[in-house]
Amino acid sequence: MKILKYLIIVYFILNFNFLNAEEVNIQNKITKNLRCLICQGQSVYDSDSEFANSLKIIVKQKLIEGKSEKQIYDFFENKYGKWILYDPKFSKNTYFLWLLPIFLFIISGLIIFKLFIIKKN
Amino acid sequence: MASLIGLYALIFGLCFSFLIVFFSVKNFRNINVFDNKIIFLTFLQFFFVVVSFLGLILSFVVSDFSNETVFNHSHTTKPLFYKISGTWGNHEGSLLLWLLVLTLFIFLFLLKSKKQTKQYRILTLLFQQIIIIGFFIFLIKTSNPFNYIFPVPDEGLGLNPILQDPALAIHPPILYLGYVGSSIIFSSTLAATSLNYISKEWAKHIKQWVLVSWIFLTLGILLGSIWAYYELGWGGFWFWDPVENVSLMPWLALTTLLHCILVLEKRLVLTSWVVILSISTFTLSMCGTFLVRSGILNSVHTFANDPERGLYILIFLFCLIFLSLFIFFFFHKVEKKNIGNFFWLSKETSILINNWFMMYFLSVILIGTVYPIFLEVISSDKISVGPPFYNKLIIPFLIPFLLAMAIGPKLNWIKSELKIKSYLILFLLISLLLSIFIIKSLNINFLLNTILVTSAFYLFFITSRDFFIKKFKFFSQTIAHFGFSLLILSILFNNIFSTEIITNLRIGETFHDEKFKINFENIEKRNEQNFKSFIGKFNIENFNGNVEILRPELRIYNQPNIVTSEADIKTNLLTDKFMTMNLVQNQDYFNIRYQIKPFMFWIWFSVLLISFGGIISLFQRRYER
Amino acid sequence: MKDKIFPIFLIIIFLIIFFIFYNGLQNSNIYTPKTNIEKNIPSFKAKIFNTDDNISSEEIFKNDKYYLMNIWASWCVPCRDEHPFLMNLSNEKSIEIIGLNYKDDVVKAKKFLSELNNPYNKIVFDEDGTLSIEWGAYGVPESFLIYNNKVIKKIIGPINENLLLEIKELIK
Repeated sequence: MKILKYLIIVYFILNFNFLNAEEVNIQNKITKNLRCLICQGQSVYDSDSEFANSLKIIVKQKLIEGKSEKQIYDFFENKYGKWILYDPKFSKNTYFLWLLPIFLFIISGLIIFKLFIIKKN
Repeated sequence: MASLIGLYALIFGLCFSFLIVFFSVKNFRNINVFDNKIIFLTFLQFFFVVVSFLGLILSFVVSDFSNETVFNHSHTTKPLFYKISGTWGNHEGSLLLWLLVLTLFIFLFLLKSKKQTKQYRILTLLFQQIIIIGFFIFLIKTSNPFNYIFPVPDEGLGLNPILQDPALAIHPPILYLGYVGSSIIFSSTLAATSLNYISKEWAKHIKQWVLVSWIFLTLGILLGSIWAYYELGWGGFWFWDPVENVSLMPWLALTTLLHCILVLEKRLVLTSWVVILSISTFTLSMCGTFLVRSGILNSVHTFANDPERGLYILIFLFCLIFLSLFIFFFFHKVEKKNIGNFFWLSKETSILINNWFMMYFLSVILIGTVYPIFLEVISSDKISVGPPFYNKLIIPFLIPFLLAMAIGPKLNWIKSELKIKSYLILFLLISLLLSIFIIKSLNINFLLNTILVTSAFYLFFITSRDFFIKKFKFFSQTIAHFGFSLLILSILFNNIFSTEIITNLRIGETFHDEKFKINFENIEKRNEQNFKSFIGKFNIENFNGNVEILRPELRIYNQPNIVTSEADIKTNLLTDKFMTMNLVQNQDYFNIRYQIKPFMFWIWFSVLLISFGGIISLFQRRYER
Repeated sequence: MKDKIFPIFLIIIFLIIFFIFYNGLQNSNIYTPKTNIEKNIPSFKAKIFNTDDNISSEEIFKNDKYYLMNIWASWCVPCRDEHPFLMNLSNEKSIEIIGLNYKDDVVKAKKFLSELNNPYNKIVFDEDGTLSIEWGAYGVPESFLIYNNKVIKKIIGPINENLLLEIKELIK
């Protein structure tokens, strides 16, 4: 039963689709994932700075050109480095970031199960 | 003059710490009853911190620019209310607020703990004094609010206008009552552990402090979100910014602690959880202070970067951690006979499951916040961790969490029979059908959203039923859980049903699409006390023919010289209409953002409900006694 | 002994965390994107300042010399501070200074140049800021030292005395 729960959770994570009102509007999704580099902690979508506005124009242009979401992210990562992306990609640098919480969840679940719970007798 | 008094009061306050420690240790060792002189001394210490704080406030009010802090953060043209609130809107002043709450809470604790043993009270006092002395020294050495500058400038550098807002004026005090208030839980838990004092009675006694801290922390976070929504102008209320995360983590630990204390009141189990969570809450508060004030993280909210201060807090924090670790491992006795003793279908187990999920959420937020620091130190690679990360890892886990929250309170202590009541299944079906109906016509990920909304509805219906059937027996729990379900539902619907229009308009132009017609009528100019105001008038007509007028504002401040955009927000029970207007460099048109945000009111209201549940619990106990 | 392992393990973990945070403090939290050292310059077409003509990057950077691409605007205060250094640099024969006028008003930009003199051999006009993003810039002023169609040095912020000397060294 527990294993089933785990599998379902893992399935969801792998298939996760961001819960977003404007999922239709991919431009918003992309600009929400880009950091405004001259602001202190705002996304390009939220910011009204000059840099953010120019970036929004470029995202729009690239979408019209037919570039995919990934290609656009790659373009910006190329120009500005990984820091501009809010979604840390699953790479060898971020294995721990993504997996550690899940790992802790599973381990603590096992510990709790072993230490505290007895099956119905 | 006021600053001078403030400085001396501060130093006196520190001296009192040594007096307090001296008399406390003496009283601890002898066989007499608790020495009431000590309570008087803690009161005096609190009194001097109050005097110091008032000294700082007065310096702000009279714009005494010989005080470096006042010079850096105030201005003669600032309205009086914001001169006063500017006192704690900066690094030094906010630390003085820390001290205020630290000294206040220990004084109140001693007053209200008369039924506890002398040794426990004194030991709590001593642990708290360690924290207090640490902060006094930190303040005086690295963050003195009373530094004297000469020659005295005529004018100050001005407070950031974004911080001139009523919500932001009360947000720090309320937040600190929660955040810093958890220090008393920390100190008393360390004391109780050292004296093997942890028991059901101790749980009853400490519960009120946990509740007080928790209520204020909940309200403080709410105020911060409300401020962000109204002031920052992007219509969002939570951004997983490091500073927000740093307030949420102690809240998660504190909520988990609250649940464990509820168990501990009834049975002598989960004592290790209680000790670890008490320590963790305050540790997370301190850790948060470190992250935000040292400049190690980049955030909307950082105070002035100063690695020297950061280093001090870091060392202080880890001293507290190692002290706690030592006490825990050396003194804590685990009740071996109660381990492994929970029946799988019982309230204890459901609380364990709650702990399990809460700690997971906490670990996600903690890891997400500090991982960039670790990565940079180890590999010099700089990455950002933002909303996509937190959303992906938290949202799927909300589903079983909400379901457990619905079922858990229904189980009995120790053992429950597996009786499937009909309403449990009925509500599940209703929730499922309702969600499918709502989600199916929208172009979003069907499966995940449906299950999520179903779980939230389920909790909603179950708690509503509890409210009507059970009346007052578990009122506080029902209200708090109901509030939580309402919160999740409101956030989900807000997310799903928000719409927005972004466009560029000149004065006199109109924007058209199938749903809306927005006409930019004119701009009204006004001169205020410390800024020039430009208010745009917009007529918005929706497809029903309803017309609404919104007036977003642009403010050009003189000191400091910046431009801010003030949103106009029309709120009603159902939705918020949110509009901002922004300058575009070198163009004669403005960038307009019009958003429809449903259920915002319910988001705020549900958090109020949650804290209300805590308030009821606090007063229910009094009534019981 | 066995139940001492866990506490010791925890203490070691916390010590490691302490040292990582300690080191983290030394790092600045201001992000400078890894400068596109030795990266090729972007290929672009842009409007020539104050005209309706376009010019391509190939045409601008065709000669075998050093180029300094300087992003500036009349509304940018630090640009005024660095301008004298640009004027000084424009006297060097081995380098050509190309201006990129960023999100500016033509009238104000011309006024800026007539006030402070014009160090630029050519100026291109970036009305919406998108060209600067092609260069990986995010603010004003920023400058790029170019040779052989590659960026050999990126300067973020105004050019000062030290940077001027550095550039002069590099273009010898």
